[in-house]
Amino acid sequence: MGIYILRRLLIAVPSLLGISLVLFTVLALAPGDPFEELATNPNVPPEVRMALRASLGLDDPVWQRYLHWLTSMLKGEWGFSFISRIDVDTLIWDRIPVTIAVIGLSQLVALAIALPVGILAAVKPYSWFDRIASTFAFIGFSLPTFFTGILFILFFSIHLGWFPFVFQSEVSATGWAWWVVQFKQSIMPIMVLGLFQAASWMRYVRSSVLDVIRLDYVTTARSKGLTERVVVLKHAVRNALIPVVTLVMLQLPGVFGGAIVTEQIFRVPGIGSLLIDSILRNDTPVIMAVTFVLACLVVLFNLVADILYGWLDPRISYT
Amino acid sequence: MAGLTRASATPEGGVSSRQASSTSPWAEAWRRFKRHRLAYVSLWILCLLSLVVLLGPLVYKVGINDIDFTARMKGPSVAHPFGTDDLGRDLLARMLYGGRISLAVGVAAMLTGMVIGVVIGAVAGISRGWVDAFLMWLTDLFLSLPQLPLLLLLIFFFREALKSVFGPEIGIFLLIVLVIGGLSWMPVARLVRAQFFSLREKEFVEAARALGASTQRQVMRHILPNALGPVIVAATIAVAAAIISESTLSFLGLGFPPDIPTWGRILNDSRDYLDIAMHWALFPGIAIFITVLTINFVGDGLRDALDPRKVL
Repeated sequence: MGIYILRRLLIAVPSLLGISLVLFTVLALAPGDPFEELATNPNVPPEVRMALRASLGLDDPVWQRYLHWLTSMLKGEWGFSFISRIDVDTLIWDRIPVTIAVIGLSQLVALAIALPVGILAAVKPYSWFDRIASTFAFIGFSLPTFFTGILFILFFSIHLGWFPFVFQSEVSATGWAWWVVQFKQSIMPIMVLGLFQAASWMRYVRSSVLDVIRLDYVTTARSKGLTERVVVLKHAVRNALIPVVTLVMLQLPGVFGGAIVTEQIFRVPGIGSLLIDSILRNDTPVIMAVTFVLACLVVLFNLVADILYGWLDPRISYT
Repeated sequence: MAGLTRASATPEGGVSSRQASSTSPWAEAWRRFKRHRLAYVSLWILCLLSLVVLLGPLVYKVGINDIDFTARMKGPSVAHPFGTDDLGRDLLARMLYGGRISLAVGVAAMLTGMVIGVVIGAVAGISRGWVDAFLMWLTDLFLSLPQLPLLLLLIFFFREALKSVFGPEIGIFLLIVLVIGGLSWMPVARLVRAQFFSLREKEFVEAARALGASTQRQVMRHILPNALGPVIVAATIAVAAAIISESTLSFLGLGFPPDIPTWGRILNDSRDYLDIAMHWALFPGIAIFITVLTINFVGDGLRDALDPRKVL
């Protein structure tokens, strides 16, 4: 097992390098000069500007600039925010916990809905339950998250007045009251993301269970006289979930996209709204760092998917 | 896996008597497509929607930038069927205009993605060895890129340059189409490659090869037409995905410039007035939803219609 994980880790390195190469290419090809501000400032003489360029290595050959950029990115030296006037890494570490919490909880919600509904729909395909569930799933993933978010605000915040639609990062209450406030303000972003994921996962679970439930070994289990519950949960679902795990993990990059939108709608102070804010304010160091962090997270989740896959499916050898 | 029968693939000689009458494959597919009632209805709704968006501005002659401060944020009425926004501009006129852009972006981005995907998939599928390995490595790399952040990043960096070359409208349109298309070809490439892998070993391709057909002819005449079914389905779904991507960008304020009212942009503008002007958010949102839903249903119907193993 240890060797297997090590091998997957080694395979992840080139893809991380590839992603960093793509990001750097975008940065290098981008028109405009980081010293535009200095160039238009009459108080900065051209000699100073040239000296600054040389000291930052902007006149070096491309591959040297790439190596330089990559090492400083990996070391966490992401520079200094133009707008907030603080280090980019403190800015990002401030924002990440909220994003992880919202995404993590929404994935749990999605699993809690998609697994039972998908399994039930597959056990009785084309029954009324399956038809209703499938139709809802279709509607669910055709509804873009930004519109669901607005519908939730319209209904739950404005019409019913249950939840606040602006997320507060500083909650003054303590103890139980703190949890209540947190629950109230985070339930809508979590549900918006979770329901969208649940809709597409439910289809995966359904078709995956449907694929295995008529295999011979399931019939064997039935003919041994096992109860339907044991047959479905222990024999069919266990095997059906193997491809679902990979699909779920491969979808996580998309989940980050959804999180960016949701954070923007509900004004959740996470890494996604940080990205949007810094784009709207031309804060290049923050934009690059956030994109890099998100790319690393994607690679990390792909790695986790591979390892989980190897652990779940005994046909894949660890060596 | 010998001895196991998959539940989804049951040929059972289903297309029995009809096969005898000489219908073309397309007529047969159309007959099967009509069996999927939701998809059939969706296709009509989609056609109607496209017609309205294309011809609507010719009939409904209200300017998209006609400001009327006496009618600010009014709900639907006879004068303004979809109501007005905070400057008193007519929402129906703006949505008709925005619909053209959304649909055009969807189709153009789909075509871009399809061309790239089919070419890469076909090249990888017909060549073996390092070409295939490299192209698949590239595909996997693109698959593991964080899509939305990268979209935002590209548009942020290249917006001004393209605007100055092609003008604000065409420049942004090209940028959005290229970026969305350039980040959505990977599933198609994999699909086409997988199809090529199975098709190139089939007897009819082998027969063509034995008769001396060049690689190019084998691909263009024999393999590609047979790989087309899943590609058409993927293309349909890609239109819906591109429309959602464009709306998302506009919704985040990074799509078209503020004076060009795409559906996502209208929705974004309405966000600060949700409590007093609900219609402003609902109409564009519903328009996006119906478009995406009907396209997805049509894709579902095509999937059933173009899969010869599926009995209908």
